[in-house]
Amino acid sequence: MTPVLSIQGLSKTYGDGTVALDAVDLAVERGEIFALLGPNGAGKSTLINIVCGLVRPSGGTVEVQGHDIARDWRRARRHLGLVPQELVGEAFETVWGSLVYSRGLYGKAPDPGHLERLLRDLALWDKRRTPVFALSGGMKRRVMIAKALAHQPTVLFLDEPTAGVDVALRRSTWTLVERLRDQGVTVILTTHYLAEAEALADRIGIIDHGRLLLVERTADLMAKLGRKELIVQLERPLAALPEALAELPVGLTDDGHALVYRYDVAHEHGLIAEFLRRLDRAGIVFTDLKTRQRSLEDIFVELVEGAR
Amino acid sequence: MNWRSAATIYRFEIARAARTPLQSVLSPVLSASLYFIVFGSAMAGRLEAIDGVPYGAFIVPGLVMLTVLVESVANASFGIYLPRFTGTIYEVLSAPIGALEILAGYVGAAATKSIVLGGLVLLTAAFFVDYPVAHPLWAALWLVVSALTFSLLGFVIGVWSKSWEQLQLVPYLVVMPLTFLGGTFYDLDVLRPPWRDAALFNPAVYLIDGFRTAFFGRGDLPPAACAAVLAGLCAGLLALAVWMIRSGYRLKP
Ligand SMILES: Nc1ncnc2c1ncn2[C@@H]1O[C@H](COP(=O)(O)OP(=O)(O)OP(=O)(O)O)[C@@H](O)[C@H]1O
Ligand SMILES: [Mg+2]
Repeated sequence: MTPVLSIQGLSKTYGDGTVALDAVDLAVERGEIFALLGPNGAGKSTLINIVCGLVRPSGGTVEVQGHDIARDWRRARRHLGLVPQELVGEAFETVWGSLVYSRGLYGKAPDPGHLERLLRDLALWDKRRTPVFALSGGMKRRVMIAKALAHQPTVLFLDEPTAGVDVALRRSTWTLVERLRDQGVTVILTTHYLAEAEALADRIGIIDHGRLLLVERTADLMAKLGRKELIVQLERPLAALPEALAELPVGLTDDGHALVYRYDVAHEHGLIAEFLRRLDRAGIVFTDLKTRQRSLEDIFVELVEGAR
Repeated sequence: MNWRSAATIYRFEIARAARTPLQSVLSPVLSASLYFIVFGSAMAGRLEAIDGVPYGAFIVPGLVMLTVLVESVANASFGIYLPRFTGTIYEVLSAPIGALEILAGYVGAAATKSIVLGGLVLLTAAFFVDYPVAHPLWAALWLVVSALTFSLLGFVIGVWSKSWEQLQLVPYLVVMPLTFLGGTFYDLDVLRPPWRDAALFNPAVYLIDGFRTAFFGRGDLPPAACAAVLAGLCAGLLALAVWMIRSGYRLKP
């Protein structure tokens, strides 16, 4: 199956010399929810904005449904919907007028039924005659989502859809994203919240300093997180790992004060007990035991730090 | 061409002006009326007729042109600078719309507004002075092309400007003086030799003279030269505006 979005060797150096993207390759499949995760200034918005035609790429190619965004931009853009990071709006236009405008820009015939469904889905129907400036921030963000969906795109970009949004709205945004996916819309979102990526995304990409460090299925990433560590605090430090523990997945900390036993919760099968028995037999005395689970945060920090 | 997209921008821009009718219509018409009251009525008796045309009538085409040129530049530059400033331009730039559709929308709307204003000034003038219109079709065509040309200039300025200050700079420091000095209030022949030659480098001179010829049947300059200047300006600015949009100049980082 050809990917809905195919990015190859995408680079961007801004006029001031800032390298925002450095040879990024990425393919997103139809109907996927893809989360792009990365710290401030990683290049998330730059990537999205290049695909949507708001930023000129310095190198590389992008195809949307097989249409090159440079050569075949008209056809490529018809498929795309964008909710940018910043809240902007035609202040004096009504909510309804804004949606009619957005749909018209894409050259699509008016479809009041579709717009009504959108507004009802986003709990904005009551506000349809309100000018945009009179809405709350959360409502404005929903108007922007509705505008991006007014022309029925097949690929939706959400640049930090839940930044500065309360819990209820965050939940309802998630529900909306899932509903869109069920309708066959591919959703690519950026976020700083790992929990959000975990809850929503089929795949997660981690980006920093313009480089895509990792792209993995959320499930696989979570399986890695299923690994735990049992940390055994020793009474007296050890110079080297004792012979008796050699064939077990055990390591000694650098200072020799603790042993770290790594295991998979799903496949433990009494090995912890064996580890502890061997400690006892070898006469190793410990003062404390604790377990630790690697979180997505850890992986994220490791990757980001490792790349620096 | 995707006409529905162009029409969407056009309607939106017209609606924006309609929300502030006072600012959009009343003030340009009022200021033009003041000129007629002062020069056309109050002082007309003391000013000499030019080439047999009473002074009050003589200034009508120039004043209409002055309004149309200044308003075209102001409308079009504001129309594109505002969404750049607020950020809402992302929608236009990411939509499947080409340069010509974008221009048809923004420039078409700005030109429409200034043509309506030009028409209102012309109507207002009829209250104060009598003036002939020798070639109505020519006058109408001239008005439309001039409005489009200067709306294109406004668009270019609106894309080029990096601040509100720059946005005001060109209309008030360049367009307004050139139009004022372009023969709105006097006949070119009253200028002394170096100034008369210098005036020929002022494009507004050709626009105003060409328009005046449509009213009185004769002007200071050959109509063909006037038409060539107008057409050249229009084509040049159109090419510049299209290039700006296609290349993303100051629109896309
Ligand atoms: N118009 C611009 N001109 C110059 N540099 C820019 C421009 N836009 C972004 N940058 C720089 O490019 C880099 C990537 O920015 P980008 O906005 O893509 O990051 P981001 O991942 O979206 O960050 P955030 O999470 O803060 O939104 C940053 O160093 C930023 O300063
Ligand atoms: Mg960003």
